[in-house]
Amino acid sequence: MPRTVRDVVFVDGVRTPFGKAGPKGIYHETRADDLVVKAIRELLRRNPGLDPKKIDEVAIAATTQIGDQGLTIGRTAGILAGLPQSVPGYSIDRMCAGALTAVTAVAGSVAFGAYDIAIAGGVEHMGRHPMGEGVDPNPRFVSEKLVDESALFMGMTAENLHDRYPQITKQRADEYAVRSQEKAAKAYANGKIQADLVPVSVRRTSPEAGETGWGLVTADEPMRPGTTLENLSGLKTPFRVHGRVTAGNAAGLNDGATASLIASEDFAREHDLPVKMRLVSYSFAGVEPEVMGYGPIPATEKALAQAGLSISDIGLFEINEAFAVQVLAFLDHYGIADDDERVNQYGGAIAFGHPLASSGVRLMTQLARQFEEQPHVRYGLTTMCVGFGMGATVIWENPHFEGDK
Amino acid sequence: MSTTAELLKQASELFPDEVVTSAHVRHFDLPLGAGRFALITLDNGHDHTKPTTFGPASLANLNAAIDQVEKEAADGEIVGVGLTGKPFIFAVGADLKGVEILKEYEHALAIGKGGHEVFKRLSELAVPTFAYYNGAAMGGGVEVGLHCTYRTVSAALPAFSLPEVFLGLVPGWGGCALLPNLIGPEKAVSVIIENSLNQNKQLKGKQVFELGIADAIFEGADFLEQSLIWTAAVLKGELEIERPVIDRGEAWDQAVAKGRFIADSKVHGAAPAAYRALDIIAAAKNGDLQQGFDAEDKALADLIMGGELRSGIYAFNLVQKRGKRPAGAPDKNLARPVTKVGVVGAGLMASQLALLFLRRLEVPVVLTDIDQERVDKGVGYVHAEIDKLLGKGRINQDKANRLKALVSGVLDKAEGFSDADFVIEAVFEEIGVKQQVFAEVEAVAPAHAIFATNTSSLSVSEMASKLKNPERVVGFHFFNPVAVLPLLEIVRGEKTDDASLATAFAVAKKLKKTAVLTKDAPAFVVNRILTRFMGEIQNIIDEGTPVEVAEKGVEPLGLPMSPLVLLELVGPAIGLHVSETLNRAFPDRFTVSPNLAAVVKAGKRGFYVYDSGKPELDPEVAALLKQGDTVLTEEQVRDRVLDAVAQEIGIMLDEGVVAEAQDIDLCLITGAGWPFHLGGITPYLDREGVSERVNGKRFLAQGVASVPA
Repeated sequence: MPRTVRDVVFVDGVRTPFGKAGPKGIYHETRADDLVVKAIRELLRRNPGLDPKKIDEVAIAATTQIGDQGLTIGRTAGILAGLPQSVPGYSIDRMCAGALTAVTAVAGSVAFGAYDIAIAGGVEHMGRHPMGEGVDPNPRFVSEKLVDESALFMGMTAENLHDRYPQITKQRADEYAVRSQEKAAKAYANGKIQADLVPVSVRRTSPEAGETGWGLVTADEPMRPGTTLENLSGLKTPFRVHGRVTAGNAAGLNDGATASLIASEDFAREHDLPVKMRLVSYSFAGVEPEVMGYGPIPATEKALAQAGLSISDIGLFEINEAFAVQVLAFLDHYGIADDDERVNQYGGAIAFGHPLASSGVRLMTQLARQFEEQPHVRYGLTTMCVGFGMGATVIWENPHFEGDK
Repeated sequence: MSTTAELLKQASELFPDEVVTSAHVRHFDLPLGAGRFALITLDNGHDHTKPTTFGPASLANLNAAIDQVEKEAADGEIVGVGLTGKPFIFAVGADLKGVEILKEYEHALAIGKGGHEVFKRLSELAVPTFAYYNGAAMGGGVEVGLHCTYRTVSAALPAFSLPEVFLGLVPGWGGCALLPNLIGPEKAVSVIIENSLNQNKQLKGKQVFELGIADAIFEGADFLEQSLIWTAAVLKGELEIERPVIDRGEAWDQAVAKGRFIADSKVHGAAPAAYRALDIIAAAKNGDLQQGFDAEDKALADLIMGGELRSGIYAFNLVQKRGKRPAGAPDKNLARPVTKVGVVGAGLMASQLALLFLRRLEVPVVLTDIDQERVDKGVGYVHAEIDKLLGKGRINQDKANRLKALVSGVLDKAEGFSDADFVIEAVFEEIGVKQQVFAEVEAVAPAHAIFATNTSSLSVSEMASKLKNPERVVGFHFFNPVAVLPLLEIVRGEKTDDASLATAFAVAKKLKKTAVLTKDAPAFVVNRILTRFMGEIQNIIDEGTPVEVAEKGVEPLGLPMSPLVLLELVGPAIGLHVSETLNRAFPDRFTVSPNLAAVVKAGKRGFYVYDSGKPELDPEVAALLKQGDTVLTEEQVRDRVLDAVAQEIGIMLDEGVVAEAQDIDLCLITGAGWPFHLGGITPYLDREGVSERVNGKRFLAQGVASVPA
């Protein structure tokens, strides 16, 4: 049977505001599956032309797939969101790149012709499911020295990355973090972020965290606008004495969910759905787990090679800011300035937060909005580092591209 | 401290056991840049199994929350105020325990005023107010929302009602005055009167919206978010809320008249609550809300200090609590599993029982009878009923297949019952026949199997007496129609052991029946009281009182139907049979009416013909009646009948037929449909002084189903 690979597009993406994990966080009493449900429903509300019966798949990522993130959350969230029972779903896990992998997995199926349109997203409630909850690493990792012990602790891998690139100093990392906060605050002020957020009602019964009763969350909780270098310089380096990685130059521990619609371009056009980005290529790569933050570099190399592009063709970058050092390693590798305006125009995870398996779709949603505003840009990429030594990159084409001017 | 706060503080001192509801105030920015909002969450701190209620301290909390938002609204700090509940529950109204303890008119009046004073502030703030009915809302819970400017409702809301009239109150925190002014009198009458008197029918979210009580409806999954986005749009003027214009002309009077007709047909003027509610609805026509609120206060106080409400709450608690935890039932851990049921007989009653066991237990059910034709007919009946359920969409095809596969019929008891855990007989009402049947079953059934009898008049102990293991026999007396009436009298024979009894109660629970433990006494509870009651009416007629006077004499009780209509429903022949049984047991109190015997002999199915649309004495029956010349007045009729009932209940309690008078009332409510406003019957007998007159004492202590001393 002859087949033709079909063009795959990013139709739309939304997310919940991100919260701080922990007893004082906005989502402390909110279930993870409910966060996904709100995102899926918002996606459907925003695209009333899409008959939910036509959705072929719901792929939802979560790193810790137990409790309210277990029970094959892609399926259960679909039912809870009110999708027809005929719409199937599954769960997916690639730690931080969960939602990104959900997107590429369904995109592959769309290209192959198995699906016309699918929901892909992710969730991580790090308050209800702290990193490392229930893990049981094989003792051979250590006994056979398959990985260094630091590989399991993301902050330590970031310190290791600083060791590898001594030119990336704490000063540079802090400066980068301050810029991320500034850009995020500016993006908020200009209304770039709110448009893709779904409000979430939240209950609080414990008065220690603030006013009790039902409330409504409409903005990201982790943001720290007005952060200065001075603020950051005094912070502790919890992963190493006299280290460089602090709570200020890394993403926090967060709760949140994202969801996107991925479709064949033909389907989207036939059903008058938006076409916000066209998929060019995607790639995943493995690196030494001790320096997982290096992952985006080989992943991007592969994705560029597949697409026949070079880094100079990329007009916009959305790099997940798990750690400032990991972004800077990427920029150094490609000779891009720390403050290059093509990179993370709206700020990044250092400001917004990084609920692990949900973040990939946040990068895409932001890139999609930047594409729309900047029709002179043809290509953009979303990339992130992944625990246990991986990187993930997706290259997108701007459908609004108007040619070189 | 405001006067309202003082009033509530005093009231809360009377009610130290209140489960107090908090009114949390939380602020946030609305979407669409609509501004800062204050949302009040009503929450008693328990999960949804303990719904949020309003007692005086709870109202005080809400009052304090309104103090706060009132100031913020006046100062321009907020653009609106919302009100919602904890997960699954909005609020279910006044805490009835707080009503029960009231013993002074002034305190009762204060309850009404307290609620009004707090709730109506929600309509007097400097900003609009919004109620978000997120979950169950009843009584005062519904009413607090009616005081708000706007309302939304969740499509997932399972239960919404103004049940006050059902209990013996009026919706007195604004319901009677506000609802007709919001949705029109006809719909208001339907919610306040018709639903309440229709076994407290609940509305779902969709109906709340369609009736116009809520301005918008949103699905449960993101109800509060969408309500708040809607709120933002309303506040920004992007959404115009349209409400229908209420016809304040003749239609209003017609709606109230219809309400009176409904009330008459249900309570026959015997309980005041519906009529008081209708009076307030009628007066609400002029749109003067404060006048309506004042009338509500007065009606509440009058009703709280009256017997009908106390009886209503008592009856409600019997059904809700005692009915679920039967008095005298053995430890439920003694119950044995029931994995297969045998039914002896395949007649109509047996087939109905087979269907009930099948649907509720979902285990194999085997019918047996004396010939194949009867067996086939029994199984055929069950199959046909399953198909009816399927046709109505009550069960799906898979369930229908499952149920049909579980029911079977055989001639050979050994084949059918060799592995049955529970065998019930519904054969001819003759002691010799039943003894024979049980002996045959005992020969083939496992040693642990429970034998249940659906007898209505025979001795369970006598039925068991010929068995090797008489301890396995229990009485299991259902009421017709089996699928409708909740009562199941469980009869302990002389030798019945705890394990058998515990199994019987466990089965009853699975059958979703209200089980009451009774002694093995003639005709048990309901039939004995009804027969005494009907027998006295019959005696009065036989002695010379005209039929219509005898019937009218008991009308003020507000029974679901008159004695002779009930006789018709039961069947005169069965009525006669039971009266003969009881006459043999207690010849001094139970008579056999020669007139009834003549009616049965003539093959009549009742005393009335309905040719004119109303019951009229059948001339053929009239011709049969041989009456004496003692003519009583209606009042004399009533006294004599009630005296007889009070005497019989007194004797039954002395004999230990049931544990307490409460069980008698529970039986009459769930087995005979006797009304809440009578509390079954003993609260009414106490209230009317009948108990004292006949037995020299009350059935229930003062304060139980009555205003405390």
